[in-house]
Amino acid sequence: MAGKISTRAAYGEALCELAEQYPELVVFDADLANATMTKGFAAKYPDRFFDMGIAECNMTGVAAGMATCGFKPFTNTFAVFASGRAWEQVRNSIAYPGLNVKIVGSHGGLSVGEDGATHQSAEDLALMRAVPNMKVVCPCDGNEMKLAVKALLDYEGPAYLRLGRSAVETVTDEIDGYKFELDKGITLADGKDVTVIATGMMVQLALKAREIMASEGVSVRVIDMHTIKPLDEALVIKAAKETGCIVTSEEHNIIGGLGGAVAECLSENCPTPLVRHGVNDEFGRSGTAAAVLEYYKLTAEGLCEKIREALAKK
Amino acid sequence: MIFMEKLYGKQLEVMAYRARLLALDAVHTASSGHIGGSLSVIDALTTLYFNEMNVDPADSKNPDRDRFVLSKGHTTPALYSVLALRGFFPMEDLKLFRSIKGHYSGHPDMRHVNGVDMSTGSLGQGISAAVGMALAGKTAKKDYRVYAICGDGEIAEGQVWEAAMSAAKYGLDNLCAMVDVNGLQIDGATKDVMPSEPLDKKFEAFNWNVIKVDGHDYDALVKALEAARACKGKPTMILLHTLKGKGVSFMEGVYGWHGKAPNDEQYEQAKAEVEAHLAELEGK
Repeated sequence: MAGKISTRAAYGEALCELAEQYPELVVFDADLANATMTKGFAAKYPDRFFDMGIAECNMTGVAAGMATCGFKPFTNTFAVFASGRAWEQVRNSIAYPGLNVKIVGSHGGLSVGEDGATHQSAEDLALMRAVPNMKVVCPCDGNEMKLAVKALLDYEGPAYLRLGRSAVETVTDEIDGYKFELDKGITLADGKDVTVIATGMMVQLALKAREIMASEGVSVRVIDMHTIKPLDEALVIKAAKETGCIVTSEEHNIIGGLGGAVAECLSENCPTPLVRHGVNDEFGRSGTAAAVLEYYKLTAEGLCEKIREALAKK
Repeated sequence: MIFMEKLYGKQLEVMAYRARLLALDAVHTASSGHIGGSLSVIDALTTLYFNEMNVDPADSKNPDRDRFVLSKGHTTPALYSVLALRGFFPMEDLKLFRSIKGHYSGHPDMRHVNGVDMSTGSLGQGISAAVGMALAGKTAKKDYRVYAICGDGEIAEGQVWEAAMSAAKYGLDNLCAMVDVNGLQIDGATKDVMPSEPLDKKFEAFNWNVIKVDGHDYDALVKALEAARACKGKPTMILLHTLKGKGVSFMEGVYGWHGKAPNDEQYEQAKAEVEAHLAELEGK
């Protein structure tokens, strides 16, 4: 594959590619089909696509009702609305009865860019992670996204899937031994001094940071943690024991998401120096995606600073 | 599915008053629960399960069955009692209502209670699930029907109106929703807490077929449900004009009975009143 594609575009392609194989797949949107990339599916399968208008709470509940009848609904809107505005509908109408609905939050993180804080989402992973029965998945590139959509169609139960707006480099298709399995993190590159556990588009930055650190004589292990809940605790503990310190990296608040999950796991199982790279409990702002990421230090160099901090704690 | 002989008129009334006895007993045993709104909605529920709906307790997950969603989920004393009488689970299970020893939660739980088609309780959400079930029926080209009941306090939730718009958009004539218009909610009269009238004009404006009915008149309920089935191209809303606490003199029209259990003395009085009415109906 290689090249660049946003995970939302890959997701839209996956829906179309898997539609024949999964006739129970139905897709909901809330007046954002052009942005969430469900428009392709809508055009090809109009009888299986429902635009519910700007009414995310009802969309979430209607999908729940449809799931009780054997369909596999995927609901689509921006991450901030999917996980925030409709949180209690997700909790009570989908997760509590354990219904087979996939809640898809597009435009996750701050790389939404110009729309600014109201439309950026640095809390969705935390909000969804706190809900019992809920799986939380955040793929890093187009290849991984397509594998995740297929795996989620095969998984019976509620799950939250986070998509990104910006085009990102496809890396997972060229890594030897790469195998996608829900709930299992993937060691993309080995290392012995420190482990970076990253999710979403921070995975690519972690691979870049690994190169930068190599020039400083530091050997960095990189784990792609596409499933944040349930967390692959065995992989986290193994990395902690073998490399002695951990850095988490996510396009999300450092509270409650991947950083929170890894901190919980480490402190209960094998206390290890940890530094969380992400959004420091603040709101985003407008700017191009690149400018916003730079502003919040969600860059390879920003991650390197955190890696140096972690090494100093060893 | 097993054919059940439909009940009409006085037969429905006998069944509804038996359900009232069970509901009072469940709430009294649990020392908690929502009796007022259970007594206002119980006649409509009895009519649905003993006259209107195509359901079979022995095959309760049949994909072709009719569905019911209790959007005003707190009135489980009524729903569970009617489901038990209809044979979905043993009558003794009602002793486990709201108890840690069982799964008969305060609000309907589809994972544990046979016959419950959707877990509800958070107001405004059940009606959306019912829209989803009706949309599923249209998409799968099945001819089952979907029923849902909201409270008149509940419809202050914006989601109800989102759901109403979506049901009209998709022409869900396989959906029949109802509002139990008993005029009272936790904090007082609905007209004071958050005025909802004119409900008929509101739902008409949302492109629904609206029918107004006395929610305690079994013949009228049967007719309204027939009219709903006959209406094509749009969803039907039946506005049930009811009396909160109906059937127990000291609970009727008193908002304080929304979520309160009777003490022993009140329970005995309530039971005696309902039993006396049953005896009268049965000609004893």
